[in-house]
Amino acid sequence: MTYLIPPGTRDILPDEMRELRQLSWALLGAFGQFGYGEVSTPTMEYEDVLVQGDERAAGASYRTFDEAGQVLALRSDMTIPIARLAATRFTDRDAPLRFCYLSPAYRAVTPQRGQQREFLQAGVELIGVGWPEGTVEVLEVLSAALDAAKLPRARIGVGDAGFYRGLLESYGIPAEQAEPLLAALASHDLVELERLASALDVGAKQRSVLVDLPGLRGGRGVFDRAAELGGTAAADAVSQLRVVSEGLEAKGLADRVIFDLGLVRDLGYYTGAVFEVYDPALGHVLGGGGRYDELLGRFGRPLPACGFALYVERVHVAQAEEERSGQGGPR
Amino acid sequence: MTEKLKLAVPRGALFEETLAMLDSIGLDCAPVRAVSRSLLFELDGITIVTLRPSDIPTYVEAGAADLGITGKDVLMEQSERVVYELLDLGYGRCEMIVATRKGTAVADELERRLGAVRVATKYPEIATRHFEQQGRQAEVIEVKGSVELAPVVGLADAIVDLTATGRTLAENDLEVRETIATCTARLVANRVAHKLRQAEIDDLVGRLDGR
Repeated sequence: MTYLIPPGTRDILPDEMRELRQLSWALLGAFGQFGYGEVSTPTMEYEDVLVQGDERAAGASYRTFDEAGQVLALRSDMTIPIARLAATRFTDRDAPLRFCYLSPAYRAVTPQRGQQREFLQAGVELIGVGWPEGTVEVLEVLSAALDAAKLPRARIGVGDAGFYRGLLESYGIPAEQAEPLLAALASHDLVELERLASALDVGAKQRSVLVDLPGLRGGRGVFDRAAELGGTAAADAVSQLRVVSEGLEAKGLADRVIFDLGLVRDLGYYTGAVFEVYDPALGHVLGGGGRYDELLGRFGRPLPACGFALYVERVHVAQAEEERSGQGGPR
Repeated sequence: MTEKLKLAVPRGALFEETLAMLDSIGLDCAPVRAVSRSLLFELDGITIVTLRPSDIPTYVEAGAADLGITGKDVLMEQSERVVYELLDLGYGRCEMIVATRKGTAVADELERRLGAVRVATKYPEIATRHFEQQGRQAEVIEVKGSVELAPVVGLADAIVDLTATGRTLAENDLEVRETIATCTARLVANRVAHKLRQAEIDDLVGRLDGR
C-alpha cells in the first residue's frame, strides 16, 4: 500500500537530514558571527497583516479560515513576518536590529516542474541601517554564509530595483509606456524590450541605452561602461551601486559579486539594491534578497532594512555537486 | 570555468536553418548533420545537444543546457518557464492564428448564440490566454496533432495553430480569422549561465546578432 504526500513536498530520510542539519548549523553559525540573533515566527499569519506589507501578500498561496472566520495564510517568505515582529515587539529598542532565521516557507507550484511547495529558508534581516553600509554588511554576511556552505565558486548578482525605472523617468517616458518595458525586463525578455524601445519617442542614442544597459553585468567595470554608453543619466542611475561596490572592495569582496544592471526581482517591497545567488553547479538561483526601506514604515516603524534568504535544500544540492566535482572547499 | 558552453538545438522544422546559421559564424556543424543516433556533439568550442523544440525551455531552465534555440510559439506556450530571451534570430517565421471553416460565419454565429466557441489546439495556454484577453469564452480542447481535422469532423468550431504557408489550412478548407502573434526562432539562456558565463554568452550573442 502506498500513501501519497502532496506534490512539491517530501519526506527527508536520515542521511540527507544529517547533512541538512550540518549545513543549517554552518549557515546559522555564520550569521551568529555577525551578531544576528535567531528568531522564529508562526508558520501562519493573518492574511491582512501580510497584505499590509505587500499587496500580493508576498505571493502567499495557501489560505484557510480560523474558527472566528479570519483568513490565515501560510507565509511565503520570512521578510514580512520579521518586519511585523520588529515593528511590534521591539518598539522601545534602538536600531539597528539584527535577526536571522531558519524556517520553512510555502509557495504554489506548477505540476511536474520539480518545484517545492514547502522549502527551507535561511537568511538575515538587518533593520535600521541604510545604504550603503547596510547593503555592504548584508552582502558580507551572505558571502560568509556561502563560505560556510563550502561554495567558493558561488557568486552574488547585485542589481538595483530602481535603476531602470529611474532611467526611464530621466528620459521622460510616460508611465503607460514605461510599465511594459519594466515588465519585459522582469520576465527576462530582452527581445520584447528591444521591440518596445523601438516604438518609443526618444532619440536613437537614448533608445540604444535603454536596450543595451540591462545587458551589462560583470565586475565594477560595468559602471564605467554604463557611463560611456548612457552619459550622465546612466552614471546617476548607477551611482548608488557604485558606492556599494567601493564598500565591497574595501572588504575584499569584489570577486564575490557580479553587478547586473538588468537584475530586478518581482517582489513589490524592494526599494534599492537587489541580490540573487548563483553557483555554477546548479541551474537555479540559490537565494536572493535586497533592500526594502519602506516595508517597516508600513508597520508603523519607518526604518531602512535589507536582507537575504538562501534556499537551504538548493544550497545543499549545489554543495553536493561541488564536492563531487572537487570544486568545494575554501575560496 | 573550463567546460564548454552547451547549446540546445531544435530538431524538426528549425533544424537545418539553425545549423546553417551556426556554420555561418564559424562553428562547423557537419557532425550534427551526419545521419546518426547521437544527440550530443562535441564541436570546437561548444557542445551541441539536439532536442525536440518543446523540450528546450525545460533543459535551459534547469541549466542542463546553457543556451537554447526554439520557436517563440514554444516560449509563449510555456510562459511560466524562467529563461532569458536574448535574441530574435529572424528565421522560422510563422503565424499563430485562429482559423475556422472557409466561407461561412459558423463560428461567429455559434459564439453569438451559445456565448462560447470550442477551440481545438496543440497550444492550450496560448489559446486560453488569447480568448481571455479579449473577454470571449472558449472551450479549449487540447489535441496532439492533425488539428486541422477538428473543425471538419465537428470536434471544434475553430482551431488555434501555427501556420507558415497556409497550405495545410487551405487543403482542409479552413481560413485564417485572427492572427495572434508572429513567431520566429529565439535564442534563450539559462538564468545562472547568463550571469556566470557572461563573456562567452555575450560573445556568441554578438556573433549571431552581427551575422
